[in-house]
Amino acid sequence: MNDPLVIAGRSYGSRLLIGTGKYRDFAQTRAAVEASGAEIVTVAIRRTNIGQNPNEPSLLEALPPSTFTYLPNTAGCYSAEDAVRTLRLARELLDGHDLVKLEVLGDPHTLYPNMPETLEATKQLVKDGFKVMVYCSDDPIQAKMLEDLGCVAIMPLASLIGSGMGILNPWNVQLVIDAVKLPVIVDAGVGTASDAAIAMELGCDGVLMNTAVAAAKDPVMMARAMKKAVEAGREAYLAGRMPKKLYTAAPSSPTEGTISPSRSKAA
Amino acid sequence: MIQVTVNGAAQRYDAPLALAELVRRMSLAGKRIAVERNGEIVPKSAHGATLVTDGDRLEIVVAVGGG
Repeated sequence: MNDPLVIAGRSYGSRLLIGTGKYRDFAQTRAAVEASGAEIVTVAIRRTNIGQNPNEPSLLEALPPSTFTYLPNTAGCYSAEDAVRTLRLARELLDGHDLVKLEVLGDPHTLYPNMPETLEATKQLVKDGFKVMVYCSDDPIQAKMLEDLGCVAIMPLASLIGSGMGILNPWNVQLVIDAVKLPVIVDAGVGTASDAAIAMELGCDGVLMNTAVAAAKDPVMMARAMKKAVEAGREAYLAGRMPKKLYTAAPSSPTEGTISPSRSKAA
Repeated sequence: MIQVTVNGAAQRYDAPLALAELVRRMSLAGKRIAVERNGEIVPKSAHGATLVTDGDRLEIVVAVGGG
């Protein structure tokens, strides 16, 4: 089925975006990413060791940027200024790569987005030429504000980052989808395959996840499950589900032509 | 003697030195890194010509696993 996810004018075959944190090692990261079929992988930007550990393995070698589309994030940033600085470093690190994931956090307990700072950072980054995918609250009004500022994807949380609580407010996710023309990608909260399918059935354009895969007992198998769930949810959405019929049963089999009952029920 | 802050840690050098030399002394030459000096990106092409001087604050980063 030719049904690409288009972000900032570029087409992707997979609607699953995957994070690279919390795996046992880079070999497992690579195996899980490959099993997921994801083409876009998020990475964090952190201070390097300054000579203490010269042989530290490099993520960029495990997941070559030539094979995957890197999506550097601003995880851990609590202000617009820090987020912008982090992504400028990311662009320098990745030879001018300008597709980025902005997240400006409100507090370390909930990791909920600080939306005023997020909007401010979006403004600065767009002006600076970045293509910004934005982690945000599931608020349709602020999603529209982000769209108007010129970001390239709206990424509402479905529940708290790393919580695995699933799609807690499908109505708001739906409102966000209806409010914007940009791709809407659920970012955060997915715990298992059915959560990813639900997000896609709602009409999301994609799902971004990390912990749901990395913290599974078998991350590679979960990555495979997520791939199928995202595909199944997408096809169910496109196929158009049957309407729900409350308090009404409707037989699937013909009601005519059943054989005569062997004895009267009235008897 | 100059003092430079690299990734939050104080470092001392005999004299101002090229950023490329500082990177080499930290065993980071040839590694995929990005450098910010006093809040501004220093492009890779400018590492050789950029002099690190007393009081400079450097951030040297890499890509790591993350969501």
